[in-house]
This record gives sequence, structure tokens and C-alpha cells, in this order.
Amino acid sequence: MNQVPVARESADFQRYIAEQERKSLLRFLTCGSVDDGKSTLIGRLLYETKMIFEDHFSALERDSRKHGTTGEEVDLALLLDGLEAEREQGITIDVAYRFFTTDKRKFIVADTPGHEQYTRNMATGASTSDLAVLLVDARHGIVTQTRRHAFIVSLLGIRHIVLAVNKIDLVDFDQARFAAIREAFQQLAADFGFASIVSIPLSARYGDNVAEVSPRTPWYHGPSLLDHLQRVDVGDDLARRPFRMCVQWVNRPDLNFRGFAGTVASGSLRPGDEIVVARSGTRSRVERIVTFDGDLDIAEAGTAVTLTLADEIDASRGDVFAKSDDRPEVIDQFAAHLVWMHEDPMLPGRPYLLKCGTRTVSAQVTEIRHKIDVNSFQHLAAKELRLNEVGEVHLGLSEAIAIEPYRQHRETGAFVLIDRFSNATVGAGMVTHGLRRATNVHWQAIDVTREARAQLKHQMAKVAWFTGLSGSGKSTIANIVEKKLHALGKHTFILDGDNVRHGLNRDLGFTDADRVENVRRVAEVARLMTDAGLIVLVSFISPFKAERQLARDLMAAGEFAEVFVDTPIETCEARDSKGLYAKARAGQIRNFTGIDSPYERPEAPEIHIRSNEEALEHAADRVVAWILGRDSADDWVI
Amino acid sequence: MSVDQHSHLKRLEAESIRIMREVAAEFSNPVMLYSIGKDSSVMLHLAMKAFYPSKPPFPVLHVDTTWKFREMIAFRDDIMQRLGLDMIVHVNQEGVAAGVTPFTHGSNYYTHVMKTEGLKQALDKYGFDAAFGGARRDEEKSRAKERIFSFRSANHTWDPKNQRPELWQLYNARVHKGESIRAFPLSNWTELDIWQYILAENIQIVPLYFAKRRPIVERGGMLIMVDDERMQLQPQEKVEERLVRFRTLGCYPLTGAVESSAATLPEIVREMLIARTSERQGRLIDHDESGSMEKKKKEGYF
Ligand SMILES: Nc1nc2c(ncn2[C@@H]2O[C@H](COP(=O)(O)OP(=O)(O)OP(=O)(O)O)[C@@H](O)[C@H]2O)c(=O)[nH]1
Ligand SMILES: [Mg+2]
Repeated sequence: MNQVPVARESADFQRYIAEQERKSLLRFLTCGSVDDGKSTLIGRLLYETKMIFEDHFSALERDSRKHGTTGEEVDLALLLDGLEAEREQGITIDVAYRFFTTDKRKFIVADTPGHEQYTRNMATGASTSDLAVLLVDARHGIVTQTRRHAFIVSLLGIRHIVLAVNKIDLVDFDQARFAAIREAFQQLAADFGFASIVSIPLSARYGDNVAEVSPRTPWYHGPSLLDHLQRVDVGDDLARRPFRMCVQWVNRPDLNFRGFAGTVASGSLRPGDEIVVARSGTRSRVERIVTFDGDLDIAEAGTAVTLTLADEIDASRGDVFAKSDDRPEVIDQFAAHLVWMHEDPMLPGRPYLLKCGTRTVSAQVTEIRHKIDVNSFQHLAAKELRLNEVGEVHLGLSEAIAIEPYRQHRETGAFVLIDRFSNATVGAGMVTHGLRRATNVHWQAIDVTREARAQLKHQMAKVAWFTGLSGSGKSTIANIVEKKLHALGKHTFILDGDNVRHGLNRDLGFTDADRVENVRRVAEVARLMTDAGLIVLVSFISPFKAERQLARDLMAAGEFAEVFVDTPIETCEARDSKGLYAKARAGQIRNFTGIDSPYERPEAPEIHIRSNEEALEHAADRVVAWILGRDSADDWVI
Repeated sequence: MSVDQHSHLKRLEAESIRIMREVAAEFSNPVMLYSIGKDSSVMLHLAMKAFYPSKPPFPVLHVDTTWKFREMIAFRDDIMQRLGLDMIVHVNQEGVAAGVTPFTHGSNYYTHVMKTEGLKQALDKYGFDAAFGGARRDEEKSRAKERIFSFRSANHTWDPKNQRPELWQLYNARVHKGESIRAFPLSNWTELDIWQYILAENIQIVPLYFAKRRPIVERGGMLIMVDDERMQLQPQEKVEERLVRFRTLGCYPLTGAVESSAATLPEIVREMLIARTSERQGRLIDHDESGSMEKKKKEGYF
């Protein structure tokens, strides 16, 4: 194929291209309360830097007539608010990314929503920014949302702030008003550790102090916003930090090549350098730094590379490479700031997936140290974190991973939490520090193993987890099962919801948070009992999928069976052996499963008992058959 | 002209490579959509880099509407053969059987059937759980809102009001059976970046991007190239040879040319610098109504 040849280029052209290439990049966001003028401001910046194409501008004029909030004038916010719903409601819902260039710099700006409901989208925009333009409406001054955004911005490690005191036209360009807001902000941000705060009086709508310093604020002697954005130094020091690289993908085109693909997160690396796999401590030397464009002599932060090593070591996706003189901690418990992003609250003890770097593991919040009131920044006690709440929490992981304080290492210090069932991204976290008990308390190596204990009893330790509505027949069936096993000389134990609540879980109520903790404790006890070699029958309503999964995850495959006692609620209610349904209907009991609290049906239980259709004896035989590892109850009965 | 390690283009390149590797590692059955345009050419080039010395560990899918420029198809077949990639070409045969063409059914309906429905058919047929697309955020205002990993329901719909938060570079790749992710490795590239990169890396692109005298008819204010005999002329229309090029490529009856004498890459980049009209103006579908791109994306269009 003959590409049209690259013609001889003029010196001017060459110079221009080279300049473009050398320009630095600033990523920033606009944030602040709803209607403070964030979208308008970016629209104004795009307009002033001549980034709006003619056809886009005529579309804007048309849109302004239809959806505009500015009367006869064009509504620059409509350049940003690109979703139908946003234009109809006149607010920003999700973050928009826009691009503009000046002689000095390239910019990627994230226009984020001010509405509290969409805080997660604001955090999304902030997470990749190096500077925040925080807007305040000069008429209203600092409001709760200003504080919330300042706080989130600081948590996410943004160190440079522009306080844009907007709509200064609406307060007659009043110097005193500006000064008061600036003072108030400096006070509130005193503890946030920002490296620079530059306050600018602005009118996004009319352009004062946006690109050019305005004659209407003669008392203001600082730079225009654009001027400041072009000059501010947000230089990162990634190059000078210790080397880190998360392995994304193992590259194996044939038997002779095995490379580890990833992007250098910080520091640099040369062929011959010794590296260590953080998790296992295995060492090797870098042989080649492979790229499509040829091998590199040095790989610096931000470069996408494929490393080949001198030795065949065990490493794969999720591993972190470091240098041996400065390795990340490998821990399974740590403290972190957590921003909750989902309508379903975060419940301690509930298992989530945690993704950090390129590794995904199971995680649970073991403790909420406190949540933080975004208005007063006070620490408050909490049993759960709701949508848009921020807390300091302790987390425990299913296995130890390389994880570090976010302030030192973004890539190994940032994580998201994902719901195991809906797959929604439900939380974002920043590690503050590892918890010592994880590194110091090692598991005691025990010589008498769980297998040995079980063998002595001539049985396999297992957990049959009976779940179902109150009155569905869980305990009845579990009792029959236990009698049958006992008769066969098996060592068993029943953990029953009602009984456990009188003792071990006496301190727990029936809120969602308490139900999660209730199940977690019982699952842990069941696990200890199987360690002791016992067959454990757990009879628990356990309404939530997530907690049943948690129990399952504690056990090896094949050692855990979900026994779903599936009885229609009408039948349970008609039986009402404990009179509880009557009380729940009368409103005397709150949060009653099946009445005003949900029961999430198991999707694929090992044993499904439709108690209306199957004799209890037969159902019990099926459970016994599973416990004894026989194929089917019928074989065994015969 | 080669790319300096610390340059803006290198940063963009590294970001795209990282996204591609993430998709390849996390999904069981990804695919790369290939539209034959310049953005697809860049995306393919980046894929060759991301997995080197391996080939990209996924096939390439082209949804053929049967109305692409002939030069595009020739280019496509040639490049796939030279790069040694697996290519799947899918045509919505039901649409063809029903006689849906850009002339008979209007651009909106035609695009829906031959592109959107065709794409869905192909994704369902092969059970792809992730699909790379070459869309950029600077193209259009609803694209400016889209995540890099953009979730699609089992019906391939996009819910712009309820996107997953996407922090740092921690992309959530988890989907249930039937659901999928559209991954956009070029999200943060601008049109100028694309051209500069093509220039710096000497990436092959379809010759239609370069100015040449071509048979053109003016229709609805747009310059349409008469690419084959299926283009029927209205009585008042006449075909003229004009010096034109294309800023964006699609189906020839729906893609407007621009008058230009830019016949080399540097000339194109130079022209870009003074361009006052965005590239998508060259596409008929976006004119149909305001907000039409968002609507198409909600329905599963790329
Ligand atoms: N007078 C005056 N009006 C302004 C100024 N800046 C913004 N406005 C108006 O304030 C209103 C809200 O502006 P937006 O830009 O949509 O506000 P926003 O901060 O993006 O709002 P959300 O994204 O929904 O939080 C619009 O009607 C703007 O025209 C200003 O400097 N002066
Ligand atoms: Mg806005």
C-alpha cells in the first residue's frame, strides 16, 4: 500500500510540532456547590482559548434558546452539560472531560457535578486531577458542598487549589465580600495540607479575570485564572520515588519468551537491576526492557513496558515489582479513608471485592473508626456508611497483598470496593497505614491438623448451612439430620439462630448492620468447629446473599453446603409457631424478614428443600447423604 | 520524526496501552471493533505495541454496512493480512434482505439497522464480554461524559445517568453473563493528537483522508462522493470532479467531504490548526436531532 509520502516540511511546521510535543499537561477539575458556575466557567475557558468550533457554537446558540438559563445570552454551561437529562434539569449529573491548549500548556479539565447526590462523579473527576478549581458563589459564600468538596479533594491528594469566588458581578465587584470568603476558606482548609491556595474573584458568565485581568476589579492584583493555570507548578516527584510496577499481564508468545507487562508507577529501572516480587520476596534481575519500538536502557515512571527477567520466577498479574532495598509492606489489615458511593450502605463484616493496582481480593470492613461530618469535620460514631459518607475504617483482606499509604504511593495505596453480586463500584478508598497486628501476628503452625482431628472421628468436617424464613422448618430438619448422624456415630453440633442470640450475639439487634455481624460471628464459630473436626449444622435465617457467601468463603470447596428450606411465606405465617409474624404484622417487631426486611433467595443452593412438596424425613436424608459424601439420598436409603 | 519518551503523545500512548492490557487480562472474550477510520488505525497500532512481541490476544471485528467506500474495504483486507490478525466481518443480513439502504430508509433508521443492530448481532453471536472502541471524548458532548470502561446491559444499552464511578486507573471489569464493557483506550486523545501521532509513527491510513480529485455531488449542503453505481442522482444534481478529502470516514452516502488541497500528513495537520469546524459535522447522522448521539449510544451504537 502506498502511503502518501510525508512531504518536505517547512522549518516552521517542524518547530510547531516540536512545541506541541514538549508542552506540559495539567489535569484539573472544577468543583463546588450546585449552580456555582462550574460548567459556565469551563465553557468560558473553552471560548476564550478558541476551542469551540463554529458548528458547535451555532448548536450552542440553538440549545441556549431551548434550554438556556441565561435569558437572551448563550448559556456556556450547555457546552458541557451534554446529557439530555442535564439539559432538561439545568444541572450537571456526570463528569465531562474537555481538552484545551494554550501556547504554554495542554489541559484536560473535568467538569464535575455540584449536586450532593452525584458526589461519586465528582470524586471520579478529582481522582485523576492535579489541581482543583473550587467555585463559590460570591452571594452565598462557603456552603456545605464547598466544605465537602474541599475535603474530598484533599483526601484524594490534590495539593493545589484555586478558590474561584464566582458571580462577583452579582455582588457589585465588592472587594470586602471577596476578602471575607477568602479568609473563611483559608481557615477551613488550614488542616488540609494544600501546597497552594490562590483566590480569584471571577465572573464566569461575563469573563472577568478568566482569561484577562478585569478592569472591574481594580483592587485585585493577582493573576487571571488562565494565567495561573498556565504557570502553576504541580510537578510530581514520581521519578524520584522508589520503583514500583504492578504486573498487568504475562506476555508469552512462545516458549522462549516470558515477559511481565505493566506501566512503571514510580521510580525507574535499568537492565541489570535487581527486582523483588513484593508478595513472595522472590528476587531476580532485569534482563531486557522490551517495547515495540525497541529495548529501552531505562524505564521511567509512566512508561508502558514488558520486562524479561534472568530467572524463571513465579509472578503473575496482581504482583507488584519493587527494588529489594525498598519494598512495599505485604499486609492483610490496614486503615483507610473510605468514600461510600452506593445507595446500599456499607456494612462492616460484609464481604466486598477490593481492587488495588492490578490485584483483586475479597475484603471486609472490620471496624468503622468513625465517620466524618463534612460540615464540621467532626468525627462521629457510626455503624454503617451511607451514600456519599466518608469514614475512617479498618479493612481485612482474604490474603495479604502489597499495599502502602496513599500519600506515598498512589498506585499501591488507592483501591475501589466492588459489590460481589451487582458488580457495582460501591466505594473508593485511600490507605492511611498498615495495621501492625497483621504483620506481626503470624499463624501458629499447628501439628495436629484439622484433617487429623476429623479422621480420629471417622468423618469429614463439614458445614450444612440452613437458610430460610422464620418458621420455614430449618431447625426441625436440622434436628432430624443431627439425630441420624448421631445414630451413625458422627460428631455433630447445631448452631441455632435463636440460641446464639441469647449468648454470643446478645449485643446484636436486627438492623442490617447487626444481621451482618450476627452471621459473621456464627460463620467464624462454625469454621472453628470444623477445625476441631466437627460436622456443623447452622440453622440461621441468614437473609442476605453476601453473608452466606462470606460463610462459604471461610470453608474449602466441598465442605460447605447451602441448604435452602424453601417454604412460602403464607405457610410460615400460618404456622407462626412463635407468634412472631402476628407481632410483626401488628408493628410490634421491626425489620422482620419477609415482612419489612428482605429475604434474598439463594440462587444455586447445594440442597433445595421445598418443604411443601417433600417429606421432612426424605429431605433430611438428602442432607445426610451430602454430609457423608454419598451420591444421592435414595442410594443411601436403599 | 519519532516520538520523544517524555512527550505528550508518549503519555497518551502509555495510557492507551495500559487500558488495553487491562482489558486483555480481565475479560475472557474481548474484541476490538475496527471501523477502518483513522482512529481505528491508531487503536490497532497501539494494540500491536501493547502486546508486543505477542499479537493482540483478541480478534478484530468489522461491522460492514455494505455501503463503505470501496477504498476502505480494500485497505481493511490489506492491513489485516499484513498484520496477521484474525478478523471477523459481520453484516446484518436481515437488514440487507429487507432492502435497508441509506437512500431508501433515511440515515437514522439505516444506521440503526445496519450499524447498531449489526453490532449487537455480532456481539451476541460471539459472546464478547468486552469491545474496544476508538471513540474520543473530544468528538461530541455526550462522549465527553463517558467512562473509559463503559458498562452495557445485556441489551447493549448505556445508562448515562447511572455510570459506575471510575477512580484513578482502577477499572471495574466485572460483568454478569450477557452484560459487557465498551472500552475506550483513546478517550483522552484529541483529533489533533491523532493526526500528530499518525505523522510521528507513520501509521498507514485510508488514502481517502488525503486530498485528491474525486467525483462529488452536492446534497443537503454536503459533498458526497459517488463511489459506485448505487448512488442515484436527483434530476438537478450533477457529478463534478472536485479536490476534496475526508476528515472522518463511514458509509459513503452519509459522509461529507471537505474541500481541501492537503495531500500530505503535514498539510493535514497544518489544516487542522486552522480548522474552525469540528470533524463530526461531516457526518449526516448527528444532524438528525440535537442529542442524537446520546440517544444512539443508549441504544447500543458505538
Ligand atoms: N451573573 C452570573 N451568573 C453566572 C456566573 N457563572 C454562572 N452563572 C449562572 O449560574 C447558573 C448555573 O451555572 P452552571 O455553570 O450551570 O453551574 P454549575 O456549577 O455547573 O452547576 P452544577 O454542575 O449543576 O452543580 C447559570 O444560569 C449561569 O449562567 C457569573 O459569573 N455571573
Ligand atoms: Mg455544571
